Amino acid sequence: MCLGIPAKVTSIDEGMAEVDVGGVRRKISIQLLKYVRIGEYVLLHAGFAIQRIDEKEAQETLKLLEEINEVR
Amino acid sequence: MRFVDEFRDPKLARKLLDGIKGLTPDREVNLMEVCGTHTVAIFKHGIKELLPQGVNLLSGPGCPVCVTPMETIDRAIALAGLPGIIFTTFGDMIKVPGSSSSLEEAKAQGKDVRIVYSSLDALRIAKENPKKKTIFFGIGFETTSPSIACTLSRAKKEGIKNFFLLSAHKLIPPAMKAILEAKEVNLAGFISPGHVSTIIGSRPYEFISKEFGTPCVISGFEPLDVLQSIYMLLLQIRERKPKVEIQYRRCVKPEGNIKAQKELDKVFEISDSSWRGLGTIPNSGLRLRKEFSSFNAEKAFDVQIESSPEPKGCLCGEILRGVRIPVECSLFVKECTPEHPIGPCMVSSEGTCATYYKYHRRKDYEKR
Ligand code: SF4
Repeated sequence: MCLGIPAKVTSIDEGMAEVDVGGVRRKISIQLLKYVRIGEYVLLHAGFAIQRIDEKEAQETLKLLEEINEVR
Repeated sequence: MRFVDEFRDPKLARKLLDGIKGLTPDREVNLMEVCGTHTVAIFKHGIKELLPQGVNLLSGPGCPVCVTPMETIDRAIALAGLPGIIFTTFGDMIKVPGSSSSLEEAKAQGKDVRIVYSSLDALRIAKENPKKKTIFFGIGFETTSPSIACTLSRAKKEGIKNFFLLSAHKLIPPAMKAILEAKEVNLAGFISPGHVSTIIGSRPYEFISKEFGTPCVISGFEPLDVLQSIYMLLLQIRERKPKVEIQYRRCVKPEGNIKAQKELDKVFEISDSSWRGLGTIPNSGLRLRKEFSSFNAEKAFDVQIESSPEPKGCLCGEILRGVRIPVECSLFVKECTPEHPIGPCMVSSEGTCATYYKYHRRKDYEKR
């Protein structure tokens, strides 16, 4: 039920956005976001974008994992 | 898919597993994955089997379908049976058995029950059918409720009078508190729900580490996310410094999604709520604010619901509290299957029983 999937924003129009979800296009609401830019990824849940996905944080998490056994 | 494949890298997973092995304490530790989406991810990727002996994962109450009381389901079925009603709901809810029927059976008997993907679809149905009354069965945790709030705000703004909400929304942190207070299971840490936390952030969990001394890590849903969260929990356990940490940093900010919180707060207020298996938990539900009470299906339609006993022999309640596992239920696989579910934990695609059923041929499924 709490599933959220990454969706790439391809266009924006008055509180709605068109997104690409693994090749499938969908219209979703972006009313729950303060702002979002075209080209960004959002988390899609039940027809709404519930959060923007932070590219930099994603990279950092992966970098941390690369280093994990050395850090300890 | 972006932000998915990177977090499934087997090389990094092996590294994390080595890290986890190095941190495994001598005594057994039980970690609870609160969210049903985590339960599915854990089984799908075989994470339980990969963990070293002594690190146990228990499933918690985070399946909205499973924790919806039978009385609410009976109410939904009764509402769907009224004349002139279009009853809309998320797909997971349709098969859940009430005391004598289900929404699916109501549909088979000719009632207008429709599955929607989004509450906005339900609102659209209401607009397209002005002569009928459309009810939306709103279930879900903090992940879902802001979207419902948004839809209701829109309905109000557009002056739509034939749209109603049957609200069964619930909040996750109070349920985690109830589980800790019950002391039925010895929990060493929580894998906290990632998508609930995109909305509420990390602060609402702080009491868990401060008051109960229980570590919390907010986790994403890919294998590396879950493994890293377990690693972080074990590190906290070793250092004896319980705190709330965010593993799922690409989606969760400490303050959460403030816009979504505001949308939610405009429409709903916090109330006590009854959970299947957990009973009534203070401040764990959402009810419509006065300004939105005209949308309240419970007020708009008068249906009498009798209190109904839980299905005989079903252990859903204990399973939702992490006290039992599905294989301990005498009905599991024998009488209760996804085709013929007896309890809600077998219906929902994220119910613990349904997840065990799907993967139960794996030899290790009985390990706890
Ligand atoms: S297997 Fe079926 S009857 Fe047993 S606890 Fe799960 S849902 Fe209930």
